[in-house]
Amino acid sequence: MGNILKIDKIEKYYGSRSSLTKAIDNISFDVEKGEFVAIMGSSGSGKTTLLNCISTIDKVTSGHIFVGGEDITKLKGNALNKFRREELGFIFQDFNLLDTLTAYENIALALTIQNEKIGVIEKKIKKVASDLDIESVLKKYPYQMSGGQKQRVASARAIITDPKLILADEPTGALDSKSARMLLERFNYLNENLEATILMVTHDAFTASYATRVIFIKDGKIFHEIHKGKDTRKEFFDKIIDVVTLLGGDLNDAL
Amino acid sequence: MLCKLSLKNIKKSIKDYAIYFFTLILGVAIFYVFNAIDSQTVMMDVSTSTKEIIKLMTNMLSGVSVFVSFILGFLIIYASRFLIKRRNKEFGIYLTLGMSKRKIARLLFFETLFIGIISLLVGLGLGIVLSQFMSLLVANSFEANLTEFAFTFSRVACIKTLIYFGIMYVLVMIFNTFNINRYKLIDLLHGSKKSEKVRLKNPLICTLVFIASCVVLGYAYYLVTGGIDKLSEASQIFKPIMMGSVSTFFLFWSLSGLILRIVMRLKKVYYRGLNAFVVRQISSKINTTVMSMTIICLMLFITICVLSSSLSIKNSMTANLKTMTPVDVQFYKYLNITEEQAAKSWYLNDKMIEDSKISLRDTLASLNFNPEENLKDIVEFDLYTTNAITMKDTLGTYYDELLKKYPLLDYDSKEVFIRISDYNKLAKLFKKEEYTLEDDEYILLADYQELVDIREIALKRNTTISLSGKEYTPKYQEVKNGFIFMNSTHANAGVFIVPDDAVKNLQKEESILAANYKETSEEEKQKIENKITIDMDVHPYASKTNLSSITKLALYEASIGLGAMVTFIGLYLGIIFLISSAAILALKELSESTDNKERFAMLRKIGTEEKMLNKALFYQIAIFFLFPLIIAGIHSIFGIKFCNFLLATFGNEKLLPSIILTAIFLGFIYGGYFLITYFVSKNIIKEK
Repeated sequence: MGNILKIDKIEKYYGSRSSLTKAIDNISFDVEKGEFVAIMGSSGSGKTTLLNCISTIDKVTSGHIFVGGEDITKLKGNALNKFRREELGFIFQDFNLLDTLTAYENIALALTIQNEKIGVIEKKIKKVASDLDIESVLKKYPYQMSGGQKQRVASARAIITDPKLILADEPTGALDSKSARMLLERFNYLNENLEATILMVTHDAFTASYATRVIFIKDGKIFHEIHKGKDTRKEFFDKIIDVVTLLGGDLNDAL
Repeated sequence: MLCKLSLKNIKKSIKDYAIYFFTLILGVAIFYVFNAIDSQTVMMDVSTSTKEIIKLMTNMLSGVSVFVSFILGFLIIYASRFLIKRRNKEFGIYLTLGMSKRKIARLLFFETLFIGIISLLVGLGLGIVLSQFMSLLVANSFEANLTEFAFTFSRVACIKTLIYFGIMYVLVMIFNTFNINRYKLIDLLHGSKKSEKVRLKNPLICTLVFIASCVVLGYAYYLVTGGIDKLSEASQIFKPIMMGSVSTFFLFWSLSGLILRIVMRLKKVYYRGLNAFVVRQISSKINTTVMSMTIICLMLFITICVLSSSLSIKNSMTANLKTMTPVDVQFYKYLNITEEQAAKSWYLNDKMIEDSKISLRDTLASLNFNPEENLKDIVEFDLYTTNAITMKDTLGTYYDELLKKYPLLDYDSKEVFIRISDYNKLAKLFKKEEYTLEDDEYILLADYQELVDIREIALKRNTTISLSGKEYTPKYQEVKNGFIFMNSTHANAGVFIVPDDAVKNLQKEESILAANYKETSEEEKQKIENKITIDMDVHPYASKTNLSSITKLALYEASIGLGAMVTFIGLYLGIIFLISSAAILALKELSESTDNKERFAMLRKIGTEEKMLNKALFYQIAIFFLFPLIIAGIHSIFGIKFCNFLLATFGNEKLLPSIILTAIFLGFIYGGYFLITYFVSKNIIKEK
């Protein structure tokens, strides 16, 4: 299995020379195809900046990010949009669904902006809706759905274009625990059955325990990394908690 | 401190305020320009009668200004409510920080004050500049020579503008204070988070409402065009207006639902690019803005009608004049006025009654006017009437049918007769067709189109009239086009040309003298003209004698003046309506840019191309501007037809140029607002 994502010594500085903030301080790691990676860190650790850089919403100060062998730090303008449209899938904490569109239309949007044919759109939505168990809400508007349903619709929109990489920013942040569990189980399903590669940012140990690998970030640097391996989710969760305890400070409140 | 904060607020939100500001400045400037017109006419070389008309116009314009200030006041209150709504969150934060509502109201007070002062100053400045150009337009419309080009400033108009707009701003301040007191903190902080409910309307109800409103609208259209005969009373015009307004509202209501349904069915169109997004954007807003759409549509409708008919009046009034005024002057006087007639009239006095007993030439002599000295090509004749024959009689069998259709026509007015030999003399002078008559025939002469149509039906039925016991039949089964009196409009309701001896038992009603001026040069002509119109004081309803005059020059001046007056009032109202409706639309679009900003940012995040986003934004705004315009355009087709009917006497020969001119106006102002809205919106949704 090849590298889907290769992060090579990236740095991101904010501010001026006199008061420099290193949001990301020399981070390197790879994500292989079919992996489900969680990035954990307290607020201010740089995890969201990292995600923004990977998703090309923000630019790195130095270093390179390769997605499928292509250096995305060199992309500009419409090439950037094309990359986002075709190679990435986004899932946001606050869903980012258009409130004027139905669930079906929200999902279809990801394909219509690629000028996909209507027949293909219909088929794909049918498939993804059954994968994410949202067939019953397709005709509803966001305000008629629960948070969990909204996030699954957003996930459907993210994966329907068969992206190389799915980026999720605190996907369970706005969900109650039951909805969060349901969503994460769907992520597992996508990851295991459809070989979707997922990179998820979270500060919640429970959420992270669904991943196959967890990278801990502190003060812009990689602090630690653990693999799930053959552990059960419960065991993996305990391991994560151990690291969180070790990290101390802010992350404790995440429990 | 509050002052500083409010100044900063204005600076910060200058982008949102830009269109509001722009509209205010435009409003102030236009208000000033139209109220300052009289100061520009001072240096124009015009005759007294034109001066009179300009004075009348100034008075009317200031009357219209009151109405205009109502519209602008409404616009300002509406706009400021919009802008405040956008800042709910800001006010919420002030309140949570412990600022009192009173202080917030004061903050708003200062903001309104600053905006008011700045817009007034800039607007007045712009107005003063524009009014210099206006003087050219004024001079051109009155066909006057500008003696010199001088900078003008109207103190009166300036003070008036300050007062009117001052009152408007004070009202806005009061309104704002009142509004702030009603706010609840929770709504202020979370107001924007309440997601809009998108309800799909029931397609069946939509279709029914759509059909119903189309039918009602069609009926209203019919009432003002084909079925115009049914509107016999002026007050009945409110019926089609009400019907039109209400059905316009329901048309928007149902169309917004229907179009969404239809486009959604067309899956190939709907699911292409951002089409689904655009359609939803529009339909979600139309749901909540049907009312303002209706108002904008109706305002545009009024604009189009007012502009195109006022512009065409001037054209058609002056276009007809040449053929309508074949001679330089026509004197006329009523003969043998009885005490009984005088008692019924408001202007007849004893001197006039006395004067009516002498001949026209004697009256002229009494006024020291020698026709032979001043005039050439003199034609003199009399008009005859009899109590025995009124319009009722000449309509014959058609009368009963007509009475049902037009119950208010004056059927008891006496018909007027002229001897064939007299008419032929006049026709020769007028360079018109001369006629011959058999002993028992008559010809009907008229050019007032509505009455021509009516009378022609009577002629086709070979209606006979009897004079002194003798029957006369129509020679032609059609009304001959022509007139006895010069007039700026087609106003001859009907004169009967009869054989010479037919009038022997009739009474002489009027004596008429038509002639050209003896002199040929313009200057000398004007001298004779002055003798008649100023020295002799023979304006209609002058008090000394019963003599009246119509002169070619006076008709020209009156027509040009009246045409110019109508044009100016039309322009004033039209422009104000146009900028008001365009500004409301623009503000509405811009105020929703915050929601749009988030939505467009989201679309950008999932990788939509910039070009696609701009296109979507363009379509969205374009459709919002076009939708009311299209409906207003359809309304206008019938509205203009109706205006045409009302103004039929002025002639409607030149409608197309004025419609084109209106379209240009509309294109510039409305299109300008559209483009500004688009570019400002584009800027707002742009990623920082």
